[in-house]
Amino acid sequence: MRYLPKSDSERQEMLAACGFTRSEELFQQLPKDAVLDRPLNIAAGVSEYEIIDFFREQSARNANGYASFLGAGVYNHYRPVMADVVVSRGEFLTSYTPYQAEISQGTLTAIFEFQTMICQLTGMDVANASMYDGSTAVPEAAMMAVRITGRSKVLVSRTVHPEYREVLSTYARYQGMPVAEFGYVAGTGQVDLEDLGAKLDDDTAAVIVQSPNFFGIVDQVAEAARLAHQSGALLVLVFAEAVALGILEPSHEADIVAGELQSFAISPSYGGPYAGIIATHEKYVRQIPGRLVGQTVDMDGNRAYCLTLSTREQHIRREKATSNICTNQALIALMATVFLEVYGKQGLRELALQNLSKAHYLASKVKPHFTGPFFNEFVVSGNVEKVNQELLAKKIIGGYPLAKHYPELKDTMLVCATEMTKRESMDILAEALS
Amino acid sequence: MIRKVRPHITQNEDLIFERSSPGKIGYQLPALDVPAVDPKAALGSDNVRDEIADFPEVSEVEVIRHFTRLSTWNYAIDLGMYPLGSCTMKYNPRVNELVARLDGMAWAHPYQPEELSQGSMEVVAQLEQALLEITGLDAVTLQPAAGAHGELTGILLVRALLESRGNPRKRILVPDSAHGTNPATAMMAGYTVGNIKSNAKGLMDVEQLARIVDEDVAAVMVTNPSTLGVFEENIVQCAEILHAKGAMLYMDGANMNALVGLARPGDFGVDVMHINLHKTFSTPHGGGGPGGGPVAVTKALEPFLPTPRLAKKGADWTWNYDLPQSIGRVRAFYGNFGVLVRALAYIMAHGGPGLRNATIDALLNANYIRYKLAPYFDLPYDSPNMHEVVFSDQRQAKKGVRTGDMAKRLIDYGFHPYTVSFPTIVHGALMIEPTETESKMELDLFIDAMISIAKEVDDEPELLKNAPHLTRTKRVDETGAARRPVLRWNPK
Repeated sequence: MRYLPKSDSERQEMLAACGFTRSEELFQQLPKDAVLDRPLNIAAGVSEYEIIDFFREQSARNANGYASFLGAGVYNHYRPVMADVVVSRGEFLTSYTPYQAEISQGTLTAIFEFQTMICQLTGMDVANASMYDGSTAVPEAAMMAVRITGRSKVLVSRTVHPEYREVLSTYARYQGMPVAEFGYVAGTGQVDLEDLGAKLDDDTAAVIVQSPNFFGIVDQVAEAARLAHQSGALLVLVFAEAVALGILEPSHEADIVAGELQSFAISPSYGGPYAGIIATHEKYVRQIPGRLVGQTVDMDGNRAYCLTLSTREQHIRREKATSNICTNQALIALMATVFLEVYGKQGLRELALQNLSKAHYLASKVKPHFTGPFFNEFVVSGNVEKVNQELLAKKIIGGYPLAKHYPELKDTMLVCATEMTKRESMDILAEALS
Repeated sequence: MIRKVRPHITQNEDLIFERSSPGKIGYQLPALDVPAVDPKAALGSDNVRDEIADFPEVSEVEVIRHFTRLSTWNYAIDLGMYPLGSCTMKYNPRVNELVARLDGMAWAHPYQPEELSQGSMEVVAQLEQALLEITGLDAVTLQPAAGAHGELTGILLVRALLESRGNPRKRILVPDSAHGTNPATAMMAGYTVGNIKSNAKGLMDVEQLARIVDEDVAAVMVTNPSTLGVFEENIVQCAEILHAKGAMLYMDGANMNALVGLARPGDFGVDVMHINLHKTFSTPHGGGGPGGGPVAVTKALEPFLPTPRLAKKGADWTWNYDLPQSIGRVRAFYGNFGVLVRALAYIMAHGGPGLRNATIDALLNANYIRYKLAPYFDLPYDSPNMHEVVFSDQRQAKKGVRTGDMAKRLIDYGFHPYTVSFPTIVHGALMIEPTETESKMELDLFIDAMISIAKEVDDEPELLKNAPHLTRTKRVDETGAARRPVLRWNPK
C-alpha cells in the first residue's frame, strides 16, 4: 500500500526484533470477546485516479456554474491564489499545535500576526488564535461573560444568525445559563431596544447582538451596549460577514467580540471548516478560551513566540478550564491571515466598498423589506419560492427564504451581493421579483 | 552522532507590519460594474471607519516570501518523523487536498438547494457508513468540529438519554490517565467529575469501579487503548458494571487508530464515542486544526443526535430537521465538510483490508521502538502496548536530566519531540507514537538518536539542559511570556 513505507521482509525483520513471528501476536492481548473476527465490510483500496474520479463525479452532482445570491452567514468572496499556495506548504499543513516553540516559529509568528490584525479590525486589545467557527464562538463568549460577571443569564437578539442561536441554546442548556431572546423592530430590522430594556435584569451576564445582523443590517450596537452596561451586563458583539469590518467603525462599547472569518478566503465548502474568533479587552484576557500566542525571547535574546497563558486551558486546568477546546482552526486562520495581508489596508476597504455598492445597486431595483442601513445583503419580499424556482432554470441560485426561522417573515428572503456578483445577474433577479 | 540533519541557512523575516509601507498593494479588484456608493451616505457617518490604523501594506511578492520564510521555521510530518504520543501524526495524503478543492465541493454553499447538493450529501452518507462499520455502533453524527467538541456532544447525548429516563444523574468518572479535555467536557455538560485511580498495570481497576459506580454516575469516559497505549483488558466487564447500574460507557476515540479493523467499540460495550478524523483518518493537523469529531452511538442514543441528520427521500438525500428529542445543534451547518471529504478519500485509498494493515503496522512500529529502547529507558508499565509506548525518565533524572530536556535535545537530531510528561500517572513520561507511516529506516534513525541521547545523559548532561543547540530559535522563555503577556504587535 502506497501510504505504508515498508516491505514485507522489513516487517518480518522488525517482528523478529520484537520476539514475534506473526503479526497477529502484536494484538494477542486483546480479550477474545473484543476482537473482530471478520474483515471490515469496506471495499478494497483504490488508486489515486479512482479517488479523484469518484469525487469529480460527486462534485458534478452539486451546483456548478451557478450565480448565487445566497449569503446568510456564508459568503461568496474571491479567494486569492496565495491563500491555497501558503496553506498547501507541508510545513504549515502537516505540523501540530505549536507546543514546541523552537521548531514552530513559522506557525507561531503567523498566529501572532493574525491576533494583531483581528485586534486592529475589531478595535479590541486581545484576540485568540481561533475558535471552531462563528456559531461556537457565540456560546463560548456567553460563558466568558458569565465567568466575568458572576451572573447567569444571557439575552440574545433574534437578529443573531438563527443557527448560532441554536448552538448557543444547546451549549447553555446544562450549564445553568438560561438564554432568552429579544425582538427586532418590524420596520427597521434592528434590535428592539424597548424589549431588550424590559428583559434586562440584575442577573443578566450578556447581551448578544450581531452587526451586520442576520438581515444584513448595521445594528444599534452602541444603544444596546448602553442598556446592557446600565444593568451591569456585558455586550457581546457577533459578526458573520467579516468583510464588513473593512468599512464599519469598530464598536467602542462592545466587551467581547465573537465572529466568523469565512469571508476571508475560506471556501464555503458546504458549511466548513471555517474559523471563529473571540476578541476582548485586556482586563478579560484570563477568561478568554482557546490558544493564545505571546511574544518572548529565546536564550540568545532573539525575539520569539510561544503559546502562553495556558493555565486557562484544559490540558493544564482539566475540569477548571475556561473551555474544553483543544484543536481549533489554525490552518483556516492562516488562510485568513494570508488574505488580510494580500488585501492590506487599501484592499480591504475597497473590497468592502465594492460589496456595499453592489448590494445598493441591487436595492435600487428591488425594494428592501427593512429600512435599516445594510452592508451587502438585505431582505426582499415576494413570492420567493416561485422566484427561486424560476431563477434556477437560468442557472441562478436565489436568496435564502426566511420563513423557516422567522414565521412572521413568510414570503421574504435574504439576498446577498458581493464583489463576485455580476450586474447582469442582479438585473435578472430584479426582473424575477418585479 | 547526528545522522539525520545538519544546519542550513534560514532567512530572517520581520513581522508583516514591519515590512509595510504606505501605498504598497498586493491585490487588484475587477472594475466596479455598478455605481460606487458613498459609505457615509449608505451607512451613516458614525458607522463608517477611518483607515484601519497600522494595517499591513505589502506587495504580492513580499507576501509569498514572508510566508515561505516563516514556513522554513516549522518542523512538519513532511520533513520527518513526528512521534507525538496521542496526537497520531501520520502522513497526510495530498490527493485528499486535491479532491477537497474541486469546485463543486469547495464552492458548495450550505444553503444551496438539496437537489444541487447531492454530491456533498453522498460524501457525508458514505463516510457515515464507513464509520459505523469501523466502530460497530448504530448511528453517527458528523457535525462536531473536533475531538473535544465531539466529547461535549457525546456527553450531552448521555445526559439527554438519562434525562428522558427520569434522572440525568450527577457525576462523570474519568481515569487519572485521561486527556484534560475529558474532565473539562464533563463540566461543560453540567456534571461534576470523579477520578478513577489506575491499577498497577496502569489500567482501570475493575473492583474499584464496581465499588464507586452508583446511581449518581452518568458515565465513565475512557480512552481505549489508554493513554499508556495499553488495551483496557477488562473493558467488557467495565461496560457490564456500568450498564448494570444504568450508567454509560463513553470512549474517547483519540487512540482509535490502534483498533481499526481489529476490534470495534460497539462490540465491546461502548455506548458512545468520538472519532478524531485528524488523527485516525489522516486529515492534516494544520498547526492546530481544523479537525473533525464525529460521534457514534448505540440505538438507544440515536434519537438525541444533533439536528439535522441525513435521510433518504425517495432516491435522493435530504436533511431531516424533524427530530423532537435531539439535543439541538452543536455547530452551524453540517460540520467541517472539507475535513469529511479528506477522511473519506483516506478510507477509500486504504479500503477495509488496508485499514487493518495500517493498524497492524502502527502496532509493529510502536513495539519495535519499545524493544529497541527498553534497554536504555525505564518502562513503568510492562503490559503489552499497542500503537504507542510510554517510558519514564527515572534513570536519566538521577543525572538531573528530565524528559523535557531529552525532548528538546531530540530536535537537534532532526526529530520532533515525543509527548512530554503525559500521561501524568507516569512521572517524567516520554510518550512515543510513531504511527504506521514511518519506514524502518526513519525508525532506526530515531532509535539511534534516542540511544545517543541516553549516552549523552551519562557523559555530558549539561549538553541537554540548554538544548536545542542547532535550531535558529533557541530554548524560549515561556515563563517570561506568561508573566508579561504581549499578545499583539504594536507600533513603536
